[in-house]
Parts: sequence; C-alpha cells; structure tokens
Amino acid sequence: MIKYALRRILQMIPVLIGVSLLVFFGMHVIPGDVAQLLLGDKSTPDSLARLRQQLGLDQPVYVQYIKFLFEAAKGDFGLSLRTRQPAWTEVWQALPMTVELSSFALFISVAVGIPVGVIAATRQYSLFDSLSMVGVLIGVSMPIFWTGLILMMIFGGTLGWFPIGGILDDSITLQRITGFHLLDALWTRNPQAFGSVLQHLVLPALALGSIPMATVARMTRSTMLEVMRQDYVRTARAKGLQEQLVLVRHALRNTLIPIVTVIGLELGVLLSGAVLTETVFALPGLGRLAITSLLSRDYSVVQAIVMVSALIIVVINLVVDLLYVYLDPRIRYT
Amino acid sequence: MTQAELILQPGVRPEDTASLRKQPSLISRLARSRSALIGAFVVLLLIGVAASASIITPYSPIDQHFVLQLQPPSLAHPLGTDEFGRDILSRVIFGSRWALLVGLLADGIALVLGVLLGLLSGFYGGWVDGVIGWFTDVTLAFPYLLLAMIIVALLGPSIVNAMIAMGVVYTPKYTRLVRGTVLSLREIEFVQAARAVGVSPVRMIMRHILPNCIAPIIVMATLAIGWAIVETAGLSFLGLGAQPPTPEWGAMLSSGRTYMLSAWWIATFPGLAILLTVIGFNLLGDGLRDVLDPYLRNR
Repeated sequence: MIKYALRRILQMIPVLIGVSLLVFFGMHVIPGDVAQLLLGDKSTPDSLARLRQQLGLDQPVYVQYIKFLFEAAKGDFGLSLRTRQPAWTEVWQALPMTVELSSFALFISVAVGIPVGVIAATRQYSLFDSLSMVGVLIGVSMPIFWTGLILMMIFGGTLGWFPIGGILDDSITLQRITGFHLLDALWTRNPQAFGSVLQHLVLPALALGSIPMATVARMTRSTMLEVMRQDYVRTARAKGLQEQLVLVRHALRNTLIPIVTVIGLELGVLLSGAVLTETVFALPGLGRLAITSLLSRDYSVVQAIVMVSALIIVVINLVVDLLYVYLDPRIRYT
Repeated sequence: MTQAELILQPGVRPEDTASLRKQPSLISRLARSRSALIGAFVVLLLIGVAASASIITPYSPIDQHFVLQLQPPSLAHPLGTDEFGRDILSRVIFGSRWALLVGLLADGIALVLGVLLGLLSGFYGGWVDGVIGWFTDVTLAFPYLLLAMIIVALLGPSIVNAMIAMGVVYTPKYTRLVRGTVLSLREIEFVQAARAVGVSPVRMIMRHILPNCIAPIIVMATLAIGWAIVETAGLSFLGLGAQPPTPEWGAMLSSGRTYMLSAWWIATFPGLAILLTVIGFNLLGDGLRDVLDPYLRNR
C-alpha cells in the first residue's frame, strides 16, 4: 500500500511537469511583452531592457522555463500585473473560497444524491423512481450558470430567502484567520457571521452541486440495483436480517466504490463549475480570479491558478485511489 | 438468459432458436427505446428549427428597436424583447444554428483527434502509448473549463476559437475510450489472426479494429454534442465565446444576467433552449448506449 502510494506520488511529477510546460509555453505564445505590460505607458527603451534583464526575459526560453519550474516549486510565480502583489498571495487568498464552495456543493450532492439513488433503486419503476430519474436527467443537462441565475431569481429575488451575491452581509465583520469563512466564524465564535456565510453559500452550492448530485444519484441507483441482485444480499435477507440493515450494511457499503469514483471524477466539474458559479454569485474565489486574470492578461496569476488546480486534481485522484482500499479490502495495490 | 444460453438449454430445438438468430436492426431496436425516441425527436426538432430559422422567425435577431426594449412576453413577442428591443424568440431560434454548429464542430474535432490518438496509443503501445498517455494525463489534470479558457485566451475570444478549445478539451475522453477498446480487441483471435497472415497495420486498424470501436464512439459522440453545447455556452457567458450581437444562447444569458430580477425572460428562455437541447442529446445518447450495450439495459 505504501509502496503503491509512493509510486503514485512519483507518477504525479511528470504530469505536473507537463502542466507546467503547457502553461509556461502557452503564456509565451500569447502576444504581448510582459515587461511592457508591467511598466505600462511610462516605459522607456532603457527601463524595458532593465526590467527584461531583471525578470530574466533576455535569457533563452529553456533557461526561463527551468527558472520558472524552480521558482514555482517554491510558490513564487512572480508579481500580479493587476495588483502588483505576489501571484501566489492572490491565489492563496482566493483558494479558501473555492474550497469552501466546492466542499459545500459536494456535501449537498452526496447528502441528496445517495438517499435519492437508494430509494429509487429499492422502489424500481415506482413513481419516485421515475420522477427522480427525470430530475437526474434535468440535473445533468442544466447549465450551471443558468441554474445559478434561476435559483437567484426565485429564492433570492422573488422569495427573498437568500442573498443573491457575495459571501457576508456588509453589516457583519469577520476576523480572517484561516481564510475559510465558515471556519473563521467558528474559530472566532461569531454565530452571526457563521449564519450569514452559510446563507450566502446555499444558492451557489446548490447550483454548483446540481450536476454531481444528479450523477451521484444515478450512479447510486444503478450500483444498488446491481448489488441488490447479489447472492450475499439474498443470503442476508434469507437469514432474517431487517431490510434496513441489509440495505445499509450489505448493499450500500458495496455501492461506495463507484460512488467515490464519481465523486473523484466530479472534482474537475466542481472546479470548472466554480468559475461560472463564482461569476454568477460574485464570490471572490479561484474561478473568478481566473477569469479576471485571463481577461486582464495577468499571466503570472493564471500560471499559479493552473498549477494549484492541477495539483489539487492529481492529489484528489490519488486520495480516491487509496480510498478504494479502505472501502473494499479485496483491493490490494502492489 | 442470453441467446447462447438459450440455445444450449437441453430440450431446445433448432427451430425454436431460429427467430433469435437474426438480430433486429439498430434502428428497430432504437425505435423500441423510449428515451432514444424522445431524444431523437428533440434533436430532429432542433435541426428542423435551425434549418428553417430564417423562414419561421418573426423578426430579425440582430436589428435593434429601442422603443421595444425589455418588453415582457406578449402576443407580438411571445418570449419578450431584450435590452435592445430585439425579439427573444427570433434570437433563440437563430441560436439553435449556433448550438448545432458548436456541438458538431467541437465534438467533431475531439472525435477525429481523440480516436486517432486512441487508435495509435492502443495499437502500437510502447513509447507511443507512453507519450499519448502522458499528454492525456496532463490534459485531464486541468479543470476542463480553465483549459478551454486558456486556449481561447491564446487564440482570441470568438465562437470559432471557443469551439476549437472545447474540441481540444474533449479529445482525451475519446483517446481514453478508444485506447481501452483497442487494448481489449488486440488480444482477440481475429486481430491476432490478421496479424499472423501479415495484414498491414493501417489496414488492420481501419478494417478490423476501428469498426469494432464504433459503438462506444457513437454513444460518446452523441452525449458529447450536448456537453459541448453547454460548455461553449459557458465560455460565451464568461465573454470568451460568441461576441455581441451574435444570437448565441450563452451570450444571451450573459447579457440577460443584469436584468434577471427585472426582466426574467431575457435569460430564462435561452437557458431553457440549452436545457431542452442537452436533454435531447443526453436521451439519445443514453438510448444508444442501452441498445448498443445490452448490459446497461433497463438501468
């Protein structure tokens, strides 16, 4: 197991190098001189040459790439062209928002998707099964940004139950410690802020979680249907075990592997969806930072965002693979 | 019970299995799938609307009429008008052309590139497989929308570049699918027999391997059209795809966002059009999968 984990960690390195290659050379292909962008209109040929030398832009591209790789490993991606802050600081400030939003969305999708899938499977061809499968179809087909707008219009505008943007009421102050709003509210024992953050997160998390929720429900239903036909479930029933125990202890546990796989696969959907959801709900996360940075050609921040996102994806994929062993002791990695 | 199992049952006479020998055609099997039928109906409706857009639209999708701006749905404008007084119904109808074009081109690019790479990777193995596999892993390590956004930023924001970006983003999905299928086919006797009699690699791929990969490719291609439409609309929503005044659904949603609370119809109807279209392709794809993969039937 440890050997397998170490091998997987080593396999992550060429993938991350590949991502860095694509990002570095991609950003070099984009027309425009970084030094010119940094100095703006006040540049002179002398100051441009000096800055290029200072940034190492006068060196061969492969030297620049190796330098970029080493600096990136230390978390140094250069200065943001927009804010003149280190790019890493920008990313580090925006990351907790996206993690918070994605985690909440994932929580909602699992909390709703698994029970829906289980009930639909145990009552196959019932009205609930048919309605839930129609819901699943709509869920996977709805564009996240439109779902967000509709939720915002109904529950924010018409009913006024939830705020339609931002993460905290203007009247509430929250001391930032970890960067995670919910954690900070708990840490500083600020129930008002906690409630406000939670209220602000519900609609975006529902919008972002709609696709994973539908996918988890569909996968749970189909896996449950398969598991319920297995001999060990028949045996459990034959020995007189209560139906609920059969479902939870024997059937549901064996559906967890494909569900964990789906959750792992949905991570890309969550991170991509976060770009759209954060734009719709004006949340200061990584997604919104990505689109702002791309539109303002703030390439050092884009590079930092891509490297961090890729790292998150490969690490989560590794965690998912290792979770298989915990969930199914028959799986042994060598 | 499978056909083979039925034939092997004691007491079953050859004439009893005669009707089983001839499998019904794909079309007749599809016709029995409710989801495939509904999906096909929606897709055909979309094609019909897109083809006859210039005949059936009551107004120009681009001409601005400021006296008519932000009109709610009425008999004259069944889906209302936008902030420039343009008829939403006409824009939604013309938007179907962009949706189809986007879906087909983005999916087409991904299909051609992905299938080619998957065939090479699975068939040749070794370093070819290593390089293609590495490239696939690298692409999949990106959040796909971020990758598409970067490609569009490299090429410049436009609907064509958004299609190219989505094509590149979906390529690894086909590569993985085809590679897996080719790997399993490589070990089957008819491929080994073809190799033994000296069939050239190109002929082997084109005549023996590719035709046996077609079923999963068809299913993926149908589903991916819907995905490509949604994602490209997402790029337009972010300002990286179709530019104003193009009547593209994502761009319409983006401009309607500002008026969501005061003029709900501007963003609601393009969104519904996207939803209906994607449902159509999803149902058709699911129906095709049920028909082409009996294991998944009735799930």
